[in-house]
Amino acid sequence: MRRRLLPILATLAGAGLVALLIYGVSAQSPNRTLDELVQRGDYPLAPQAARRLPVLGAHGESSLASLRGKIVVLNFWASWCEPCALEAPLLERTQDTLQRHDGTVLGVTYLDASPDSEGFVRRYHLTYPVLRDTTGDFAHSYGTDQLPESFIIDRQGHIVAISRGEVEQSFLQRALALAERS
Amino acid sequence: MRRLAAHVASVAILALAGAAIAGGAAAGAATVKPRTTLLQVERQVMCVTCKIPLQEAQSPQAGLEREYIQGLVDEGESEAQIKRALVAQYGPTVLALPSTHGFELAVYVVPLAVVLALLATVALLLPSWRRRARERAPTIAGVGMGTLDPTDAARLESDLARFD
Repeated sequence: MRRRLLPILATLAGAGLVALLIYGVSAQSPNRTLDELVQRGDYPLAPQAARRLPVLGAHGESSLASLRGKIVVLNFWASWCEPCALEAPLLERTQDTLQRHDGTVLGVTYLDASPDSEGFVRRYHLTYPVLRDTTGDFAHSYGTDQLPESFIIDRQGHIVAISRGEVEQSFLQRALALAERS
Repeated sequence: MRRLAAHVASVAILALAGAAIAGGAAAGAATVKPRTTLLQVERQVMCVTCKIPLQEAQSPQAGLEREYIQGLVDEGESEAQIKRALVAQYGPTVLALPSTHGFELAVYVVPLAVVLALLATVALLLPSWRRRARERAPTIAGVGMGTLDPTDAARLESDLARFD
């Protein structure tokens, strides 16, 4: 019996390690559930909307939920990210228009020190609110692993469009159209 | 007599001054802390964008992190304070330590499980190893005659007889 037990245990241990490896690979790869739902037209609620995050350059905290009722372009960025710098003027122009239609751009910094983020805000004259995701959990709930990434959130808090990478004018037009329509 | 009193007074003053200096030096020594260095912190944290230890990273972001750390070092912050400040800025991933949840927990659990499994295996096999060793011992002792064919045994006997 013992002679058989040992190979069985060794096989189980090996299988366990392989399972752990598979789990590790799947856990490390970015979550694309939101993208699939949006593609299908099942617009999901923005995750962790109630999570309170520190406001950049000010005391206090705020959340995405506090903007419920507005069209929100949620934009993840960091000062070290070059495409973020390229899209910043476009986002600022969008903010001008969105504001007039009860909408806003909401920036969220990720893996960035606040002095660097504040420098970025000054350099690109950003006027929209910016929150700091200090743990990375908020960004991860959106499947964000590369910057920049942007999400259009409707007035009911549903994600209706996702842009992973540098944002394009056509993507932002969609947010503007949604804001003007509703 | 007056001279003696003056001597005693001056000795007392010197003793007090000496004690004050010694006390001051001791107090000073008690408050001096070893200064934290950039190098000391650098090897314990990660470059958050390049995902390698900051010590080895050469990217612009690594430079920004170093500047930030150096600023805190210059302010006289301790190593623990600097690490706390880094976590507050960049999140827990800045520490060169796997987290204690999710897949990274495996880093702590798997080695422990492997050690336990090895100990269990040894405990399981030890009795049979001992038994086998005990079984083998008399066979080795009896190798003289037990495993030889009769011809060889006879030749061995005659050879040994010649030496007697």
